[in-house]
Amino acid sequence: MKFVQGMMAALAALAVTTAGAQAPIKIGFMAELSGPQGALGQDQYDAFMLVVDQNGGKLGGVPVQVIKEDSQLKPEVATQLVDKLIEKDKVPIITGITFSNVMMAVYKKITDQEVFLIGSNAGPAPVAGALCSPYGYIVSWQNDNQAEVVGEYANQKGYKRVIGMAPNYQAGKDFIAGFKRNYKGEVIDEIYTPLNQPDFSAELAQVAAKNPDAVYVFYPGGLGVNFVRQYKQAGLLGKVPLLSTSTTDGSTLPAQKEDALGVISGTFWGPDFNNPVNRKFVDDFEKKYNRIPSQYAAQSYDAALLLDSAIAKVKGNVADKKAFQAALKAADFKSVRGNFKFNNNGFPIQDMYVFEVAKDAKGRVSLKTLGAPLKDHKDAYHTQCKLS
Amino acid sequence: MSLSLFLIQALNGLQLGILLFLLAAGLTLVFGIMNFVNLAHGSLYMMGAYFAAAMFGATGSFVLAGLVAVPATMLLGVVVERIALIRLYRRDHLDQVLATFGLILFFNELVRIIWGPASVYMNTPAALSDTVDLFGLRYPSYRFAIIGVGLAVGIGLYVLIHRTRIGMLIRAGATHPEIVAALGVNVRALNTLVFGLGAGLAGLAGLMAGPIVSVQPGMGEPILILTLVVIVTGGIGSIRGAFYGALIVGIVDTIGRAFLPTLLREFLERSLAQAAGPAIASMLIYILMAVVLAIRPQGLFPVRHG
Repeated sequence: MKFVQGMMAALAALAVTTAGAQAPIKIGFMAELSGPQGALGQDQYDAFMLVVDQNGGKLGGVPVQVIKEDSQLKPEVATQLVDKLIEKDKVPIITGITFSNVMMAVYKKITDQEVFLIGSNAGPAPVAGALCSPYGYIVSWQNDNQAEVVGEYANQKGYKRVIGMAPNYQAGKDFIAGFKRNYKGEVIDEIYTPLNQPDFSAELAQVAAKNPDAVYVFYPGGLGVNFVRQYKQAGLLGKVPLLSTSTTDGSTLPAQKEDALGVISGTFWGPDFNNPVNRKFVDDFEKKYNRIPSQYAAQSYDAALLLDSAIAKVKGNVADKKAFQAALKAADFKSVRGNFKFNNNGFPIQDMYVFEVAKDAKGRVSLKTLGAPLKDHKDAYHTQCKLS
Repeated sequence: MSLSLFLIQALNGLQLGILLFLLAAGLTLVFGIMNFVNLAHGSLYMMGAYFAAAMFGATGSFVLAGLVAVPATMLLGVVVERIALIRLYRRDHLDQVLATFGLILFFNELVRIIWGPASVYMNTPAALSDTVDLFGLRYPSYRFAIIGVGLAVGIGLYVLIHRTRIGMLIRAGATHPEIVAALGVNVRALNTLVFGLGAGLAGLAGLMAGPIVSVQPGMGEPILILTLVVIVTGGIGSIRGAFYGALIVGIVDTIGRAFLPTLLREFLERSLAQAAGPAIASMLIYILMAVVLAIRPQGLFPVRHG
């Protein structure tokens, strides 16, 4: 028995030494991995691990250990997981975070403890403004950006009368407000539906009766599937242009398919972007996971690339926090979206695009890039952030 | 507000009501005859939708999807009843609620494991994907089909319950179960039949709803709540109550959602009306239920005794 224990200890010691002089950097990955929105978190995780696996389990040349946690779309669960990651696992970096309410619950908690937060989806306004921290970096977007670009697109198309529709909760109101920020025409009506309402027949009849130039909606996940189908069934698609945010994306298109053809959406990236980094990402992702990557995958892929560049810059010494901050801020990596740099508040300055749902070269329903109505776009809240 | 818009909204309400009726009919029978609270009824609806979507995905045929989904849900209902629920009939309602709530969790997790967390593709049959012109406004033809199917089921159920021997036993079982058993009727088989019938109707509702709402885990819960409101409003155990209750709930809910926000804007500030309108509209049916319970606790169209 003693002998066995001795052997085990020796083996363990050997294992540590053969792993190289550097112990692996622990990275906490937390996202929504279960429930109706679990597909988003799964895309974030798969894309992040794609980079890690391709680099032989390393980022920036240093071995990393990714600790995966499911925040279950519950802020109270998320805060407990953050405690666990920071106190028990002692991670210096946390990435992921799918929903804004979870981000609001954990952002201050993580950054106050001088742990780096690399958010790869949610970008609520307070985090971009007064709450901003030198430990917080959001590689995706500020929430409003994805609505602002659609408002700008509506200007370009000369739509004068638009109806806005969204679920009746904070994010729904934020996206409608974001749309109105750049939009110069008139929003003739705003319709807010209860968050758990799956059928929009009554509201769509009202919309049809008002005959607007276009309709702008924010209906994420299953709601978007319902809405787009019913919009088509009501005979509105193709007659009244449907502009959207987070309604036709990689997570909903597989269930919408042809019903969504022609829907316009605004975001920062599309799978048809023709730059070498993106072509490699899309090819590798499709090869490994057998599906078209969503924007959530793209964001998380960039998060991994950002960490790869920053860890390499500090040669794995993430304990030197000032140096690591500078390395992250430099954002010295080639993004799947082309242009990328960080603003003072740790949010990207980037081009925002609009897309149309169309068939890709392989005949699958996907997003086709129409153009970038907003160039080098900054969010509206960076002036409230005290960082420079 | 034009008359044609009002008519369209009334049709929308009718369609929602019909869909609710398909669910309420089964739930109210199980409740009324077996005195059994089955919260898992919404899960059967979800399973029906998933069976239909799976078959639709494999064959592209809506008819085939229906031919598979309805019997499959019926079979599933019978199996669940025989394995799990049969042990609960003699327990009190709280035990039944707990056990069937457990079934909800079980089925939600099951579909997540089999079909994944994202919604599954399902579409209308090609012949019904268009709209019908109605007084200058367009109405989806598929929703007409739902109304047609639901009315046909309503008539079929009426004939079954009031004109056949089985229907007579079901009616008798709803009012005097002990006497029915004493007369030598196999109540156990009758219960299974009723449960299977209810499950089949839930499956049919799932099939019909599949092309409209997204087929995803947990899709049964919101509609289960509406269904409970329907049977409480209409009168527990009564098919007639389920039918009229469903139509009332469907129409009140739809008309409220459609016109209340506009109405409130007449005497409230715009942003306040936009926020309060949908909130109050979604409360209407619960207010209706509370009023019914206060004035007629047995429901608007209760089972006729005697």
